[in-house]
Amino acid sequence: MSDFETVAATENQAARRGVSGEPGTPGRAGRPDRARSLAGDAWRDLRRNPVFWISLLLVVLVAAMAVAPGLFAANDPRDCVLSRQHAGPSGGAIFGYDFQGCDTFARAVYGARASLLVGALSALITGVIALVVGMLAGYFGGWVDAVLSRVIDIVLGIPLLLAAIVLLKRVSTSGDTVRLFAVILVLALLGWTTAARVVRSSVITAREQDYVAAARMLGAGNGRIMWRHILPNALAPAIVVLTIALGSFIAAEATLSFLGIGLKAPTISWGIDIDAGRVHMRESATPLIVPSTFLALTVLAFIMLGDAIRDAFDPKLR
Amino acid sequence: MTQNAVRPTPASPTPPGGHLLEVRDLHVEFRTREGVARVINGVTYHLDAGETLAVLGESGSGKSVTAQAIMGILDTPPAYVRAGQILYQGRDLLTRPEEERRQIRGAEIAMIFQDALSALNPVFSVGWQIGESLRERAGMSRADARKRSVELMDLVRIPAAAKRLGDYPHQFSGGMRQRVMIAMALALDPKVLIADEPTTALDVTVQAQIMDLLADLRRDLGMALVLITHDLGVVAGVADRIAVMYAGRIVEHADVHALYRAPAHPYTKGLLESIPRLDVRGQALSSIRGLPPNLMAIPSGCPFHPRCPYVQQVCVDEVPHDLVLGDGRTSACHFAQEVHDDRDG
Amino acid sequence: MTATAEPAKVRGETILAVDQLVKHFPISQGVLFKKTIGQVKAVDGVSFELRRGETLGVVGESGCGKSTLARLLMRLETPTAGRVTLEGRDLLRATGADLRRLRRNMQMVMQDPYTSLNPRMTVGDIIGEPFEIHPEVAPKRSRRQRVQELLDVVGLNPEHLNRYPHQFSGGQRQRIGIARALALRPEIIVCDEPVSALDVSIQAQVINLLEQLQDELGLSYIFIAHDLSVVRHISDRVAVMYLGRIVEIGTEEQIYQRATHPYTQALLSAVPVPDPEARDRRTIIRLTGDVPSPAEPPSGCHFRTRCWKAEEVCATQDPLAVPRAADPHPSACHFAEVRTEV
Repeated sequence: MSDFETVAATENQAARRGVSGEPGTPGRAGRPDRARSLAGDAWRDLRRNPVFWISLLLVVLVAAMAVAPGLFAANDPRDCVLSRQHAGPSGGAIFGYDFQGCDTFARAVYGARASLLVGALSALITGVIALVVGMLAGYFGGWVDAVLSRVIDIVLGIPLLLAAIVLLKRVSTSGDTVRLFAVILVLALLGWTTAARVVRSSVITAREQDYVAAARMLGAGNGRIMWRHILPNALAPAIVVLTIALGSFIAAEATLSFLGIGLKAPTISWGIDIDAGRVHMRESATPLIVPSTFLALTVLAFIMLGDAIRDAFDPKLR
Repeated sequence: MTQNAVRPTPASPTPPGGHLLEVRDLHVEFRTREGVARVINGVTYHLDAGETLAVLGESGSGKSVTAQAIMGILDTPPAYVRAGQILYQGRDLLTRPEEERRQIRGAEIAMIFQDALSALNPVFSVGWQIGESLRERAGMSRADARKRSVELMDLVRIPAAAKRLGDYPHQFSGGMRQRVMIAMALALDPKVLIADEPTTALDVTVQAQIMDLLADLRRDLGMALVLITHDLGVVAGVADRIAVMYAGRIVEHADVHALYRAPAHPYTKGLLESIPRLDVRGQALSSIRGLPPNLMAIPSGCPFHPRCPYVQQVCVDEVPHDLVLGDGRTSACHFAQEVHDDRDG
Repeated sequence: MTATAEPAKVRGETILAVDQLVKHFPISQGVLFKKTIGQVKAVDGVSFELRRGETLGVVGESGCGKSTLARLLMRLETPTAGRVTLEGRDLLRATGADLRRLRRNMQMVMQDPYTSLNPRMTVGDIIGEPFEIHPEVAPKRSRRQRVQELLDVVGLNPEHLNRYPHQFSGGQRQRIGIARALALRPEIIVCDEPVSALDVSIQAQVINLLEQLQDELGLSYIFIAHDLSVVRHISDRVAVMYLGRIVEIGTEEQIYQRATHPYTQALLSAVPVPDPEARDRRTIIRLTGDVPSPAEPPSGCHFRTRCWKAEEVCATQDPLAVPRAADPHPSACHFAEVRTEV
């Protein structure tokens, strides 16, 4: 069947077939000599997006605090002297001291590690579970969907605090690290359901699209269809849900800590400090405001980052 | 910016009583983030009692936007009426307060849409929806509104109307839903009915039924009908006059017989030659080259010139004015006469 | 098939044979424990043959099963019963590698150019995907060039392969869909309403392109559409479907000039002709009512509830699609006759 090439090679094809000229919407002239990928285009787009750089800067900053808090805070957050209770700013403690007489700023900086670990790792695990469960349920439907959807319903029906108390009780006497990862696991195992539902419904929407049928007609297998065609089109809502979940995980860690089943002193986290600050809010608001602001900015940064990435992966918005 | 608004419409001298509905030199633009789309660029047409005017055009030609401007249902933003008049019984609707427009909407000028399923509210019975304007606008009691609703459903030939009053939109077929929407539009006895692609979503056999119904209703009720469509076949069967739109302008306006016999605008001619015909065998389809224009960058001069086989330098430089060809027909083409006389080109 | 030279491709020989194809969709109730309470008979015993190089038009109104038929032929749905033979090989029972190889012979152009292209893939990736799935068709080095050739063949600028679908108009997107369907050099292309979503002035461009490709590549088309004028223009033979069955099948001339089935006649008479003079010459057969639900088709002849010729026998006896005395092409009507007035 070499007639095909002959046809293709015929001169002046375009004119003969009535080429439709330029696309109706003026597209950016592409560089024709290099094959481009969605990720590559997304990166080119992100590089020009100030929101991306601002949010990335914030995220990097918080991450740096988590890795090397000593670079940001001069004082030792565990150096607490009751006589300095609620004292004003002095000697490196730019936001003054809290109820226990610890440096508020230093505690917020040192708290980044635990809080960020809890938030980011819980969101990551949540994302993986939600994508796998949502994709399988949405793509295969039928009994797979029926079973997984019931599992989602059941997990959704478990009260977070009650389950957390039961699960975390077993590790209440363990070391700090064990408790930290226990909290992360518990939050993720109880928190993936919303994201899974979102993924499932967007997978169902994507699965019904004609381009999925087209791929199937070409002989594409389930793996290729899920990976190339459904995932990229179902990811956007999941990213939004996950960035918001990241914030709420950090906040949930605070609640658990407050109830005495989450992180415990001497571990420092924003959650622990926010709760402590809340109790003594009337005497001094700064020990509450400082970790809360750190938390809010971190969550905001992740949400903006998620937003920017999601938009960059949508060619229609370019 | 309205200096050409004073240009008279030579083809249609206003009769003594004035036209029932008249659109004069309407300009509408959509202001979007990407830029300003000039959707309507000086549309002028008129409608008299009891006649059917077909407005023919492809997507983006501005045929539906004109109707929405008449109804006063354009969303501002993004749509802005930049210039022009819409005269209903001599009153310029565009300068009237919203309250007065609301009175005219539905009671004087009513509209039906292509997609009857989304135009009907799924949670109310059709009887309730048909009766709604009777209760709210005509002040009828519930019982009277019910009775009138059954009459209206009979009028649009919905079988067993009294029984189906309590049914919900999803229980009706596509054709029946379109009838329900027509019944709703007729509730307040409008003098003008605007039908926006009323049969596009329907099958041919059902399409024929609905077009018959509209033609009969227009005759029996003495309504004026504006039929907006992209289908040259549908138009040929029912319209008295046709206005062909392209890039927000009326490029040709003629009596239906005259237009089909000898189109006087290259776009109309191209359209007629590009559709396969059921009753003609083995014809070659000559397609119109190129694409409809981007409304944010309409070509200079005649907007059709990049696609036109008759194009000359003058078409690129000068916007063609409406050329009158006799029998009240006009064509916005520099070479209208040549196109008209060119029977086999 | 042996490994020796391919069999000679004779124009006019049967390339695809469909025999008593049936697809019933169960109507079920319940979430976890599903209970079947009925069957939608979308395709209810369809048989036809497609010959090499010809275009078979399939017309019918919405719900007649023509799109389900396309999906069955493309193996997007599993048929309830029936047999489809593609060049002598059983299409419906093929699995795995066999099925993948058969798919190379038959591709589809879909109706909606806006949903049939993945919005997150470049045009190059979309048209190149067939080569990734079937790497044996084109070595990796030559793929890019092949994609550009395909763009050229369908009349698009080969330099545009890095653009995304939304940067193209509807007609251009349909060309992209056609290029993707051509990539594996299929012999059959199923066109499911390929122009109905396009503007009138663009439809002709796409129809002309399809005709040109057929001439140059020797393709066979199954052209599914609701627009009888378009079908007449492009088809050599036409099948008319009603409620899951083919009620009449014949050459373009037999169907459009000498239809013997009342439904075909009604359908043809209802098509609006773009000629105001013609409205006086033509009489429209006005069918009453709507198409019955395919979940509960009428007994006997499915069309009898809307037919003006219906008699007792139509309710009790299923008319077979066999050549009738009135004209020698298959027509599923007990009272088949050619309509005299036009």
